[in-house]
Amino acid sequence: MLRYVFRRLLTAIPTLFVIVTISFFLIRVAPGGPFNQEKGLNPVIKANLERQFGLDLPLWKQYLNYLGNLLHGDFGPSYNLPDFTVAELFRTGLPVSVQLGATALVLALIVGGALGVFAALYQNRPADYMVVAAATAGSTIPTFVIAPLFQLFFALTLKWVPVGGWGDGALVNKIGPVITLMLPQLAVVARLMRGAMIEALRGHHIRTARAMGLSDYSVVVRHAMRGALLPIVSYAGPAAASLLTGSLIVEYIFAIPGVGRYFVDAALNRDYTLVMGTVVVIAIFTLFFNLMVDVMYALVDPRVRYD
Amino acid sequence: MTGAALTLKNVAVRFHTLDGTVDAVKGVSLSVNPGETLAIVGESGSGKSQLMMAVMGLLASNGQASGEATFDGKNLISMPKAELNSVRGRRITMIFQEPMTSLDPLYTVGDQLREPIMQHQGLPAAAAEARALEMLELVRIPDARRRMSSYPHEMSGGQRQRVMIAMALANKPEVLIADEPTTALDVTIQAEILELMADLQKRLGMAMIFITHDLNIVRRIAHRVAVMRHGEVVEEGATATIFSKPVHAYTRALLDAEPTGRKEAVAANAPVVLSGIDTRVNFSLGGGWFSGPKVVLRAVDRVSLTLRQGQTIGIVGESGSGKSTLARALLRLLPAEGAITFDGRSIAGLDAAAMRPLRRQLQVVLQDPFGSLSPRMTAGQIITEGLLVHEPGMSAAERDRRAVRAMEEVQIDPALRNRYPHEFSGGQRQRIAIARAIILKPRVVVLDEPTSALDRQVQRQIVELLRDLQKANGLSYLFISHDLAVVRAMADHIMVLKDGRLVEEGPPAEVMDHPQDPYTRRLMAAAFASTTSLERLS
Repeated sequence: MLRYVFRRLLTAIPTLFVIVTISFFLIRVAPGGPFNQEKGLNPVIKANLERQFGLDLPLWKQYLNYLGNLLHGDFGPSYNLPDFTVAELFRTGLPVSVQLGATALVLALIVGGALGVFAALYQNRPADYMVVAAATAGSTIPTFVIAPLFQLFFALTLKWVPVGGWGDGALVNKIGPVITLMLPQLAVVARLMRGAMIEALRGHHIRTARAMGLSDYSVVVRHAMRGALLPIVSYAGPAAASLLTGSLIVEYIFAIPGVGRYFVDAALNRDYTLVMGTVVVIAIFTLFFNLMVDVMYALVDPRVRYD
Repeated sequence: MTGAALTLKNVAVRFHTLDGTVDAVKGVSLSVNPGETLAIVGESGSGKSQLMMAVMGLLASNGQASGEATFDGKNLISMPKAELNSVRGRRITMIFQEPMTSLDPLYTVGDQLREPIMQHQGLPAAAAEARALEMLELVRIPDARRRMSSYPHEMSGGQRQRVMIAMALANKPEVLIADEPTTALDVTIQAEILELMADLQKRLGMAMIFITHDLNIVRRIAHRVAVMRHGEVVEEGATATIFSKPVHAYTRALLDAEPTGRKEAVAANAPVVLSGIDTRVNFSLGGGWFSGPKVVLRAVDRVSLTLRQGQTIGIVGESGSGKSTLARALLRLLPAEGAITFDGRSIAGLDAAAMRPLRRQLQVVLQDPFGSLSPRMTAGQIITEGLLVHEPGMSAAERDRRAVRAMEEVQIDPALRNRYPHEFSGGQRQRIAIARAIILKPRVVVLDEPTSALDRQVQRQIVELLRDLQKANGLSYLFISHDLAVVRAMADHIMVLKDGRLVEEGPPAEVMDHPQDPYTRRLMAAAFASTTSLERLS
């Protein structure tokens, strides 16, 4: 198992390299550059800026420079937020996004999982229909609808929470973003869990457990639920990678200083280094959580073997 | 009837489905005494399993049981679940047909054995562990101590069924219900498990209800038999009486359902259709990054075979012996080594495109009549699909005419050709699969366990159909089966495979009645054990 993890970590290096290379050239293919503005910059100033950041060099040289810096952990300066390096932006923003995303994910897994199990046990009865209806609603209502509605009721009308802002990480500031991030995930988890549990409860080994007179708790939790966790695990991996790297919509609506905004902003502004930084961070998260999924699989299911 | 271990009175099971209610069991009354084995016999759909599921409170959620199942003065059917849980798994236990899936794949064997012991006997973990180990030894699992920490997927079907038996007997039940416990197992394993169960019953003195469709088994282990059909018991009595003087017409039909007749040998100079010399198929496991050396599995190891026109070669052996692999290799569906000729021409080196025109002459009928037909095509489409490939110029009307003729040949009403597979019974589906093969007018048909999933009576009909088709069309069959009674009725030459090797071959009279090889002898003894059963009846 350890050998397997080690091997996967090794293969992550070439994967990252390919991702970095493709993104580097892809963003350069997009027309324009970091210093093309609507008003048009004085050509002399623009040339100076480009020289300063090495953007006047041939593309292959820029690429090699970037790779070289990356190997030293240097993501370069941000072109559009010139007071910060890309690394600084992530150092301050990433913890915020990770905090919100992780809380939302954990809550979604626990609450959604419980709802799914509950619905499966009462399959085709009113309780089940309610869960399914709520889950369908939850996964169809977009975040940009939930977030303003939340602000309208809980911030503006009831005044329980602030409308937005980070407030140095105060709990009340986190409630809105976490709920907004959580609801769609919760809905998906509930539906997945319901399906997996219904499937698991039909299994022959569940019939055996019942025939042996085992308690409902043992039948449901020990024997059915453990097997039903597998689809949840495979969903949670990619979901974690995307939640923990922030959400553009949630961070805009609630004015949260996370990293979710950077990807879109940077791409629109051709802030090459910031785009690349975001790509690298998301890629690392994705690779890491995919590995975690496979490790979890082996822990849950003894039939899964890596060697 | 006082003293009975379990008494059923007017037990009925009803299922509520989208198409209305279905009465699976219509008022069955039976009883079983301590130390007695009652066999419940019937075809699939007769309600024999559902009857016992109702007693154990294991019906699907749309099922509803009524009537009385009296155990120790109390009715199990109306019993609250908490109370039922103190009876089932402890005083009444059950083992099932599917040894491969009846154990939880995520827990070790020891874990699963311990749980009901701790639950019902309130033993601490260490004592339960000791008891579990004792049970594993009782069911003769080799190396039991090490096996306690094995997972089910690391064991064979026979071993898993032993574990199930161990689990069922660990709390010393008064009644053991066995639902086709050996159906999914190879004959030799089947014989071992039956012997084990009979032995344990004698030692532990419990009552046993044995559900089966296999009359050979009934004859071997049951004291009394109840024959079920369409949810009712049509006949009940002592095993000897039922076998010697069956009263009900259905019982007689069941007893009569063993495939009979023999296949005449073909002339020694009949033309050779298909032959393979020194056929070898190797599968390599492993290999690749960091994962150690490759392991080569010899699935078929130098087997030679000559199939003549009109001949049926029966290939027998246990699962994993290489029967299907050999047939697939000869049809060039698997990469194989060795010389293969069809119709006097070497086909070993032909690529897929060159094989295609020959494919119509080399057809296959597979075991699973449920999985081998596309659920999204009608019977007519399934039967004529091969014509689209091999005779693309044929008009739709002509294809339809051919479909009608093929369906008539396999004795299915051609009017049903627009129905989908799920609307047919297992036997009918197998007929469709046969029609799909013969519509192309093949010369060789590989029949890969074509009757294994069918009830005896249907089996017999299919065997007769296949023989008729062979006679009418001069077909040559490679008939793969682990059911020796069927092979005997079909084949004029038998090859016995074990671990990919040929251990014995010859005409049925030699191989079956005077087997030379010790393995063949063991196989035949397990399959035709009716002689040993009679001593039990006396």
